[in-house]
Amino acid sequence: MSNSYLTGSSAVPGGIQGPPAAPSRNTAAAGLLSKSWARVALGLVVPFLLLGLWQLVSVLGVFSAVQLPSPGAVLTSAADLIERGELGTHIAISTQRVLTGFALGAALGLVLGALLGLSRLADVLLGPLFGAVRAVPSLALVPLLILWMGIGEDSKVTLITIGAFFPVFTTVSLALRHVDKNLVEAARAFGLNGIKLLTTVQLPAVVPAVFSGLRLALAQSWLFLVAAELIASSMGLGFLLTDSQNNGRTDRMFLAIVLLAVIGKTTDALLGVAEKWAVKKWA
Amino acid sequence: MTAVLSSGSHAVSAAARTAPDTALSVTFDGVGRSFGSGADAHVVLRDINFEVRPGEVLAILGSSGCGKSTLLRATAGLDAASTGQVLIDGTAVRGIDDRCAVAFQEPRLLPWQTLQANVAIGLPKGTSASDGKAKVSELLKLVELDRFAKHQPRAVSGGMAQRASLARALARKPGVLLLDEPFGALDALTRLKMQDLLLDVHRAAPATVLLVTHDVDEALQLADRIIVLGREPGKPGATITQTITVPGARPRDRASAELARMRGELLASLGVDRH
Repeated sequence: MSNSYLTGSSAVPGGIQGPPAAPSRNTAAAGLLSKSWARVALGLVVPFLLLGLWQLVSVLGVFSAVQLPSPGAVLTSAADLIERGELGTHIAISTQRVLTGFALGAALGLVLGALLGLSRLADVLLGPLFGAVRAVPSLALVPLLILWMGIGEDSKVTLITIGAFFPVFTTVSLALRHVDKNLVEAARAFGLNGIKLLTTVQLPAVVPAVFSGLRLALAQSWLFLVAAELIASSMGLGFLLTDSQNNGRTDRMFLAIVLLAVIGKTTDALLGVAEKWAVKKWA
Repeated sequence: MTAVLSSGSHAVSAAARTAPDTALSVTFDGVGRSFGSGADAHVVLRDINFEVRPGEVLAILGSSGCGKSTLLRATAGLDAASTGQVLIDGTAVRGIDDRCAVAFQEPRLLPWQTLQANVAIGLPKGTSASDGKAKVSELLKLVELDRFAKHQPRAVSGGMAQRASLARALARKPGVLLLDEPFGALDALTRLKMQDLLLDVHRAAPATVLLVTHDVDEALQLADRIIVLGREPGKPGATITQTITVPGARPRDRASAELARMRGELLASLGVDRH
């Protein structure tokens, strides 16, 4: 939020002039960077250079094929897994676990974050508890979750839910506590309160913070997915990693890592699109 | 209505004719406010007794930290008096009062909404959509912002944002308009224009106006009466130390000799040398 409109300070008298002109962006580089296709293309330059370097190193035989398989070998392993109908299953089940856990964790984080951010009483009652639970490294909960829920889907989705919960919870509760008090007071002076105050002033004011929390939570969800699948699973990209390690299939390990990078980045980009839309509408 | 107002120009007498419909009296009945309790209690205001007439423009002057805004907040119901009470039209203020509307020192507009939507926030509860729309566009015209209705606050100047804030307060059709140093953060030229605008607004939509300011000239230019808040030696907190009736109909000549003399006296009472 810029401050100039709040303080009302202005170098020119109001009443005569129109709104201040938008800053001109007419340099060539800035023009190119303002085009979305150009930004995407430029973002791919370094990854492709790395890919080229990878290919070069494997052609030169600097490392053995077990240490570093060539990009071609990774592609072949992908084709092989697709042919056997396994790759689709791994990707689908992993994505499903992440999305379910993320949705549950983010929803809980939003609700509880709003509660603790808006109510002093709830903050005093529950704040220390959540602080202590957050201090426990979440992976320490894995043995307990497995004991309670078995090694099925429940324990995995629960772990991801925990991972997604805290970033959203923390950013939302903090942001709500720091909503401009002047704005809230002004809205109250005009008779807004309760839900109407929340939806008119407080929630729109924290939209940017909510989205940074959601993006952190999504990254955290993928992290916890792999942790859960590494420990106990029979499907999924994390399982593909451990299974390939046990069988000495470095090419498949690379495949799993590359897929995690690509799918993780894709889901983050989708969230980024939603964020852009929301910020444009509210902030 | 005061003699000052009814003896003025045709525009002022128009205000006098319509004022009783909406403008409400404000009574401060032994109002005091202290913060903290016990030995740590800090008295800000004490023993404020005053009656503001319906349709009157009252300026509340005082050095900073003397409790001007506290008195205004108690009237709006944003804060409660520790002792005594504030009465509007004879009934006590309890909580946020919908007979009042406030314009603050900063515009305090929602940055993600258009000026139009911001002004609409001031509309009283239960206003129909079509009435509300008509009222908002009428007010935007009054404060000369009709061409900027769809702009967001950050896209307009500080003076324009402050005019939108004033329009939002007027949308409430308030019986009492509370202005908390509304022009304090504006540059000198814009401030003079805003003062003239306020006089136009007061003519168009007569309300009792309580104007908190630390600008003596502004008070002399706009007010029917001025109360000065200050400390009395040996007593805690601030109270009314002076009540002044400003002579002459508005708009007043900014170069008037009589006002110049009063300005000197007021500044002296606020502890500023005349030079």
